[in-house]
Parts: sequence; C-alpha cells; structure tokens
Amino acid sequence: MSWLTPDINFKIISPELIILIVALLVLILEPLLKGRSKNILPHISWIGVALALVSVITLWNREELGFNQMFILDNFSCFFKIIFLSGTLLVILSSISYLKEEKIFHGEYFSLILFATFGMMLMASSLNLIVIFLGLEIMSLCLYILAGFRRYDLKSNESSMKYFLIGAFASGFLLYGIAMLYGATNSTNLKEILIFTQGFENPLFLFIGLGLILVGLGFKIASFPFHMWVPDVYEGAPTPITAFISSGPKAAGFSALLRILLFAFGSLHIDWSFVLWILAVLTMSFGNVIALSQTNIKRLLAYSSIAHAGYVLVALVAGGDSGISSAMFYLLAYTFMNIGAFIIIIFLGEKKVNLDDYSGLVTKYPILGITLALFMFSLAGFPPTSGFMAKFYVFSSAIKSGYTGLAIIGVLNSFVSVYYYLRVVVIMFMRAPVDEVQKVPIPFFLGLALLFSVWGTLHLGILPQSFLTLAQNSIFSPF
Amino acid sequence: MNIPILSYMVFSPILGMILVMLLKKEQVQGIRWVSAIFSFIPLILSFFLLANYDPSTSKMQFVEFHKWIPSLGANYHLGADGLSVPMLFLTALLSFVSIIGSFNINFRVKEYFAFFLLLETGMLGVFCALDFFLFYIFWEIMLVPMYFLIGIWGGPRKEYAAIKFFLYTLFGSVFMLVGILALYFTVEPHTLNMMELIRRAPELSRGFQLIVYVAFYLAFAIKVPIFPFHTWLPDAHVEAPTAVSVVLAGILLKMGLYGLLRVSYPMFPKAALYFALPLALLAVINIIYGALVCMAQKDLKKLVAYSSVSHMGFCVLGIAAITVTGISGCVFQMVSHGLITGALFLLVGVLYDRAHTRDIDAFGGLWVKLPVYSGIMTLFCLGSLGLPGLSGFVSEFMVFIGAFPVFKVIVAIAVLGVVLTAGYFLRMIQRIFLGEFNPKWEGLPEISGREIFTVTPLAILMIFIGVYPMPLANMIRATMENIVRLVGG
Repeated sequence: MSWLTPDINFKIISPELIILIVALLVLILEPLLKGRSKNILPHISWIGVALALVSVITLWNREELGFNQMFILDNFSCFFKIIFLSGTLLVILSSISYLKEEKIFHGEYFSLILFATFGMMLMASSLNLIVIFLGLEIMSLCLYILAGFRRYDLKSNESSMKYFLIGAFASGFLLYGIAMLYGATNSTNLKEILIFTQGFENPLFLFIGLGLILVGLGFKIASFPFHMWVPDVYEGAPTPITAFISSGPKAAGFSALLRILLFAFGSLHIDWSFVLWILAVLTMSFGNVIALSQTNIKRLLAYSSIAHAGYVLVALVAGGDSGISSAMFYLLAYTFMNIGAFIIIIFLGEKKVNLDDYSGLVTKYPILGITLALFMFSLAGFPPTSGFMAKFYVFSSAIKSGYTGLAIIGVLNSFVSVYYYLRVVVIMFMRAPVDEVQKVPIPFFLGLALLFSVWGTLHLGILPQSFLTLAQNSIFSPF
Repeated sequence: MNIPILSYMVFSPILGMILVMLLKKEQVQGIRWVSAIFSFIPLILSFFLLANYDPSTSKMQFVEFHKWIPSLGANYHLGADGLSVPMLFLTALLSFVSIIGSFNINFRVKEYFAFFLLLETGMLGVFCALDFFLFYIFWEIMLVPMYFLIGIWGGPRKEYAAIKFFLYTLFGSVFMLVGILALYFTVEPHTLNMMELIRRAPELSRGFQLIVYVAFYLAFAIKVPIFPFHTWLPDAHVEAPTAVSVVLAGILLKMGLYGLLRVSYPMFPKAALYFALPLALLAVINIIYGALVCMAQKDLKKLVAYSSVSHMGFCVLGIAAITVTGISGCVFQMVSHGLITGALFLLVGVLYDRAHTRDIDAFGGLWVKLPVYSGIMTLFCLGSLGLPGLSGFVSEFMVFIGAFPVFKVIVAIAVLGVVLTAGYFLRMIQRIFLGEFNPKWEGLPEISGREIFTVTPLAILMIFIGVYPMPLANMIRATMENIVRLVGG
C-alpha cells in the first residue's frame, strides 16, 4: 500500500466546517449559559446556517476534489446543500416558540440538528461509499435522538425506538451492499466503480451489492416497501423534527442515490431502471391510497411524503440530464412546501393534530388558513405553485425519456392525492370553528419561516426560471 | 398598437382581488364596489376589443409575447381571434353581471368577492392563452375559486357538490397535461406554442393524433359536459350560489367547446374527422336525454341545469358537422346560451331569495302578483326554447342547417329536442306563472331595480342577436372558415 500524503483542503469544506463549529459552539455554550441567556442559542444556530448558505453560494461553479478523492465540491453537491440548509434554517426558526411551549428548550436540540445537517452535507458531497455511509450515520444518529426529544411522551419514545431499530437495520443493509461492491470492483470510490461497470463483464456480486444499497437508501427516502417506519415516526416525533426528517434526510438519501445510480451505475441504466420503475409506481400508489383514510394530519403528511418520494423516483427512472435536474428541482420545491405546511402544524401544537381540530381555521387565523391551503394546493400539484412546476418537470422528463406509461401513472396518482389534500382545505374553509380558545399571536421567527416558505413556494411556481437554470447547471456529467 | 390590452383584461380582476383582500372584513360596501369596478374594467376593454377587431382575417390579433420559462419551453403568449373575442366579451359581461348580482351575499363577503375576481382572471386567461403551459395554468387556476365558491356559499350538499365538480374536472385535466407533454416532445423542435403546433399538425401521424385527441377530449368533454360525463353538472349547479351558477353555465361550459375548436380540431384534424360521427351521436344523446330529464324535474334550478346539458348538445352537434355554418352555429349557441341561461339562473335566484323554495309545484299564478318578474322570466324561457326573433332560434337553426347535409338522420332526431325543450319550458311557465294563484305567496315582493339591471343587458343582446345576427356572424366567419379548412372536412 502506498503512502498517502494528507490531502487537506479547508476551502472546499468551508460550509461543513461552519456548521460543525457552530454545532460545537452551541454544545459548549449550553451548560455555561444559565436561564434566559440560553435564548441566544437558536439565534447562534440559524445565523451559522445562514453563513454556511452564503459560503455555499461563494463556492458555486467550482469543481474540486479533495481528501484523496473522498470529497467532491461540485454544483450538484452545492445545490443539495442549499436544499439542506434552507430546510434546516426553516426548522430552526420555527422550533423556537414550539420548544418553549413544550418545555423542552435545550441547547443540544439545535446542536443535534446542526450535526445532522453536517451529515447530510457530507453525503451530498462524497465520491466514496464509505464517506456516504459516514455522513448517513452522523445524520441518522442525531435524528434518532431528536425523534425522542419529547421524552415524557410515550409516542415520542416509540418514534425514537422504531426509527433507531429500523434505521440501524437499514444501515446494515447499506454497509453489506458496500462490502459486496468492494468485493466486486475492488474499490469504494464511485469513479473507479464507474470505470469498472463500463467494462464488459459485471459479476453477480455487483448487482447484489447495488440491490442491498438500494434497500438501505430505500429506508432513508421512505420508498415502498421500506416505508413502514414513516407514519409512526412522523406522528410521534416533535413536529419540527417531523418537518426536518421529511425534507433534509430524504433529499440526502436521494443525493446519494442519484450519485450511485446515475453516476457510478449510469451505464447500467437499463438493468436497474425497471426495478426502480416498479418501486416508483408502488411508492406513489401506496402513499396516496393510504393517505386517503388518515385522520391525523401528521400521519397524513407522512403518507404524502412517501408518495412524493415516489414522484422523485420517477425522475430517477427517467435518468439523463433532465431526470437529474428535475429530481433536484422537485426536492427543493418539496422542502419549501412541506416544511411550510408543517410550520402551521408546529404553531397549532401537539394537541391539535386531528383533522377535526382544523375546522374553521381560516376564520380564526386567516393568514394561517390561507397559507396552509396554498401549501396543500402546492403539494397536490396545482398551478401556479412550485408543486405544479416540479411535477410538470418530473413528468415531462419521464415522457422525454420514453416512460409515458409511468408519467400517466404519476399524474393519476397526483389526481388521487388531490382528494386528501383538499379534505384539509375543506375542513379549514367550509366547517365552523370548534373551540373558542383565545387567539394566540404568531411568533415572529415562526412567521419569518412561514414567509420564507411562502416565498419559495410561489417563486418556484411563478418565476421558476432562475432555479431551473440553477438545477440544470448542477448536474454531474452522467457518465 | 402596443397596449397589452389582453393582459390588462386578464389581470385587472387580480388587482381587484388584492385590493379586496386589503380591505377590512367589515367594509362590506367597499368590497362590493371595488369588485364591481374591477370587473367592469375588463368589460370596457372587451368593447375596445370588439371595436378594434379586424374580422377580415383569421390571424391572431392583439398578440402579446414574452419569454417566461425557456427551459420548459413555456412563454407568456396571448392573442385573440374570431373565436376568442366573443367569448372574452361574454366572460367580461357575465362576470360583471354576476358580481352585481352577488351584492346580496352577506356571509364572508370579503372572501366571496376575492374568489370571484380570481375566477374571472382564470376564465379570461383560458380564452386568450396561446401557449399550452399558460392555457393549462389558467384552466387549473379557475378550478380553485370555483371550488371554494360552491363549497362555502353553496346549498345543503355543497361540500359533496364542490368536491365532485373539482375531481371530475381535474380528472380530465390530468389527461390533458399528459397530452400536452406528448405533443411537446413529439414535435421537433419542441414547442408549446399553440399556433406553431397547429401549423405543424400535418406532421403528426394518424395514430398519434387519435391517442392525443382522446386525452384532450376527456378534459373538454367533462367540462362541456358531453354524455356520459355530465353527472357533476346538476349537483354543482343546484348547490352553487346564484351568481356562481351563472358563471358556471354561462362560461365554464363553453371552455370545453372552446377547447375542442381551439385545440382538438386544428391540431388533430385526422382524429377530428375520425371521431365526427361518434361525437354527433353523443351530441344527440345530450340533446334528447337532457330534455327528457328536464321534463321530470320538480326543482326549478335543476331544470335549468339539465336544459344546459341539452343545449350543449346542439353546440357539439354543430362542431361534429365540421361545416362553416355548423361551427358558426355552435359559437352562436355558446354566446346565446351564455346570455339566456345566465339570465335564467339569475331569475331563478331572484325567486329563490324571496320564496326560499325552488319547487315548481309550490307556485302557481304568480303572474298576478309579479307581472314584471314573470314577463322577464317568460321572455328568457322563450329565448331558450328557440322562439324566432331571439338568439336561441338563430343558433339552433344554424346548427341544423350546418349539420343536416352531413348527418341527416341524426339532425332529424335532434330537431325533436327543440319540441321537447318547448314542452318542458312551457310546462314550467304554466305551473309557476299561470293557473290559480297560490295565496301562500301573497307577500312576495316584486323584482328589484338592481336585479332588473343585471338581466337587462342580457335581454338586449339576446334580442339583438336574434333580430340582427350579422355583426356576430361577420366577426367569426373568417376564423370558422379557417378551422374548417384546417380540418379539411
């Protein structure tokens, strides 16, 4: 084995470093600060995230490898980091008032969120399966703790336990898959695997390994049939964490999946695409059909998030440049509209999660009612919102690649989904309010997060060109 | 001329909506008048369109073009021809009339008018969008306010009616979306420009045309509605508040026909020829079936709703014939039905507001008590059943003349529909206005000035088109000839 000189390039990991430093800072400050001065911790966290966002933007349009080809800085990873950081920013901003309300305001909450974000960023920016695994574990371990953060609540405990057990199981699959791939190709580096797969003969091990990786990441993105944990975990976890789990980690899973499938295994597209075709159809249909009968809004959005994973899988099946960029655009749009919807649930609190609690919401809180309706229409894929634009892009890339049948199944699915999203709107707008509890003013930072999500949802829906260009410039050259 | 007149038309209601949302909930009068003013602007602009429209050409006029989303090939592209201009005028007129007619809404006024103005933008946009992406967006946007208007201000079964309407229409639209995408990727270079796609239509293979035609047909037929997709219509109409029924019957139904004439016929000529006979058969089912159902109705509003199904059948028959007279007859019927049925719904609403029932058998001899109301109502009923001298007659006559050379037997059956129409309308008039006066309605007040104001323009236009149809015929001729030429029927 040759001697490797340390190949350290701090510049290309500057966003990750910022997040890491802020996370550690929050962790150190937490025991030192007393009483009200702890209020500063969330603000340190979100400023750190904003700084990281700025540093990602300054690194745009540079392509560099570092750390012995373990780490790559390209537009693809930058785009995903923008998704993660926006999601984290929204979650931190909307958590502040929630944590005080639930009496679980602890500094490590923010620190864990930041560590999880660090893990996601590592996943998006890695050219090595081992580093992807590392990032995934950093992310997941933080999420397991966060899911159980309402520790006096049984459902939260259940959520954490279930998430941990199933997540650990999935990690096992992933690691075993990586081992198989190493056995087949003698490398864990995606570039070397790419070179290997372009050869003439591909051993069976290669496909077994790929299959196992698909299972492992399938758990993370909540695709059928690896979705069983989703409704329980989403229901039990604190609502801001539910919002977090449904956006960032899902996008991180997809970033790894995109790199592995469309980069390293791009030349074998015909071999794996039919598996993904079936998974996409089952994921969409299953999520949408089960969501029809939900009465708890967190569970409803859990099944909806399964369905949305299915739509992104459609983009993966389509492949090619437009497949990759439409998946990225979709995930960005999904982050804004989904967290946006969750922000309103966060505001209403853990006791109001049944659909009936939303009766007449619009008469009591007109702004919240209208914005939640906007997010519901966006999730259902209605113009002129980001959800429509994203779906249009995904289905058009599917038709472009010749998967017309898949696109038709996709639009029919989004037709089915309209029913349950509209049910929320019906209850908010067309029923009389139930209780006469005093109206609470909307906290400033939560309102700010809400405004940011509304802006994202409308901007990506009405004037999407700038972000479409961004997504189109962010693709890695397929192979 | 560089004034973006169509944009002003389409977006002035949106501006009104924003203003309405900024007003306080309690400023009911202010909200009403702001909405009335901002729906009056498109009406004035539509007069400007009528005056400046050049009827000698079938080219698009008042065209606006801006790049919008280059990566998806979508542009902001508006324009109007002989098919759009009458529809734009009808939309602006009926929206304004409906907003004036909604002044008696007292429940959640602010939201009501905000949704209504959004609806108007959507409708106007559909009739002048020349880019498929934009067309689809307007087509879908319109559903949302309509859904709220039925679901919040509707009758006892409003939620059911609203969601049924929404899902029915959406089901059609998703197929249209796939059709649009299929077209986009089939034509080289890819384009969503409807005019460009029409030019390139001969390149499309017959098999492809047949498939895409069916995808679009689902969207349009549900909207019209053509049998067997009509079941959402009676529910939606009966539950919707008066003004919404007016817009629903007067404009939304026309969008399906507009789509057939704007998209299906010029873009898929081979499929249009292939499906002409089935379409004519469905049309005659619409006519006869709708009329027969009307015969059995006890609810006045439901009667008017089913009469729309029957009348839309005439439009579809005119389209199926693919002759200049037939298609012109269809456009005439679109305008005429918009005016007449709009007015009928307004008048049914007037009676319902006072009597709180729509049961035809509950009334009797109302003419004694309400001579003005009864006179106006009878005038519009006569217009609807096709009395010569009123617009309904002209349009049905044109449809029959246009379609007779092509489908002799079918037209012969369809003419029976006119007899049936006369039957159910006269029966209704007799039950409500003639006969013994039911003393229960002793205290019923006469129609108010505002209500008369809402139906007057409709009555004037109905008589004008009935007596002197030339201006409208001249305006649409070049466009209709062009459509027939493109189909090559």
